[in-house]
Amino acid sequence: MSDARNQVRAVLEGPDIHRALTRIAHEILERTRGAESVVLLGIPTRGATLAQRIAGRIAQFEGIKVPVGALDVTMYRDDLRLKPARPLGRTELPPDGVDGRTVVLVDDVLYSGRTVRAALDALNDVGRPKAVQLATLVDRGHRELPIRADYVGKNLPTSKSEKVKVFLQETDGRDAVVLIKEDGR
Amino acid sequence: MKRHLISTGDLTRDDATLILDTAEEMARISQRSIKKLPTLRGRTVVNLFYEDSTRTRISFEAAAKRLSADVINFSARGSSVSKGESLKDTALTLEAMGADAVVIRHAASGAPHRLATWVRGSVVNAGDGTHEHPTQALLDAFSIRRRLGRIEGLKVAIVGDVLHSRVARSNVLLLHTLGAEVTLVAPPTLLPVAVETWPCQVSYDLDAVLPKSDVVMMLRVQLERMNAAYFPSAREYSRRYGLDRDRFARLHDDAVVMHPGPMNRGMEISAEVADSPRSTIVEQVTNGVTVRMAVLYLLLGGSEPAIGGAE
Repeated sequence: MSDARNQVRAVLEGPDIHRALTRIAHEILERTRGAESVVLLGIPTRGATLAQRIAGRIAQFEGIKVPVGALDVTMYRDDLRLKPARPLGRTELPPDGVDGRTVVLVDDVLYSGRTVRAALDALNDVGRPKAVQLATLVDRGHRELPIRADYVGKNLPTSKSEKVKVFLQETDGRDAVVLIKEDGR
Repeated sequence: MKRHLISTGDLTRDDATLILDTAEEMARISQRSIKKLPTLRGRTVVNLFYEDSTRTRISFEAAAKRLSADVINFSARGSSVSKGESLKDTALTLEAMGADAVVIRHAASGAPHRLATWVRGSVVNAGDGTHEHPTQALLDAFSIRRRLGRIEGLKVAIVGDVLHSRVARSNVLLLHTLGAEVTLVAPPTLLPVAVETWPCQVSYDLDAVLPKSDVVMMLRVQLERMNAAYFPSAREYSRRYGLDRDRFARLHDDAVVMHPGPMNRGMEISAEVADSPRSTIVEQVTNGVTVRMAVLYLLLGGSEPAIGGAE
């Protein structure tokens, strides 16, 4: 991103992300009637961080502790053979598992939908939720599969030549969503 | 790029750490009720075993199957090898069948290295003669890390028949790469030539080494490979180099005892020590599957391998 030839534009700053997550937390509470049987599962790395933050908000608003975990989807991806073997992320399931619960998958950017498809497969191997929903901080469009998000932080129209990058305090030292335009396109 | 796992000497510290970290995730998956992953669907792993083996072959087979690879088991007995087919011709046959990885165990040191020049897929050394057994060393390192939380700075004693042991060489190279201090302990007759060039210390006195060790790895006395007298009697060997109750008591409280199996109970290790809670022998078998899953995943789980040495 320090590359001078690329145009970098911040789309969301810290306070915007804060507000978006607050709204998502409220929406989850509303649509799941108080988040009673909800489990939040973030897709590593940043989705897992976002899931923790949303759980924190829900605890703050309603005083309930929603089980939260992480679901690594690397070994379920359909593009494994397009890149060298990748390191795995951490899967951390809540002690009571996901059976019979409403699982809200959390990811940072929703794009082709292939990560979410992989997550649905991974979820299938760890239990049988009652329902699965999807929350994403940014929906940038260009879906390649019939997948949509239930909770969206921001709809961000992009072109395929652009890149969207999410920075979070916990992993990157700051909160921001930036749009990177590669020059000459 | 084509890469193989033939020697632990080919692994960088980053490679080795990546394998151990990946194995850690595989171990978590192995605790689920559904242990199967779709990751290597459509890939073919051939187990080419020219020497008898139970745990290593079964362990590789389980690892490949849990990752959904197709597994072809080939043992020299009952195959065309008994009709005189050469390793090269067998390799070319496997090649024609489209093997993505060949796991080979062979009595001749260097066989996997030769094989790597004949096949397109990745070669995984599952033990060659008295040379190396890299996945055993990786699972040993993994077992150590799980028990003691780290490898860096640990004092590891590898005791016994170093001369005939492929496990010893692989472990010395790997543990050195990972920052442990290794001491080989054996009678002079059971140490290989040029052992002074290995990245480790050598001692003939087990009792002097034991109290300082965090890990004591006992090696099997490989009587089947011994065509000469390397020590006066089994009893004398056992008294000087066996890990019995008295020696075990002199280890410090956190030290662990390892053995790659199969054991000669009463020879290099007493039954009491082998079955004690500080022995990792049973875990080592369990960890074998997860470590081999990690190795197969990192070699075959992408467009090109993430670990290993090039040929």
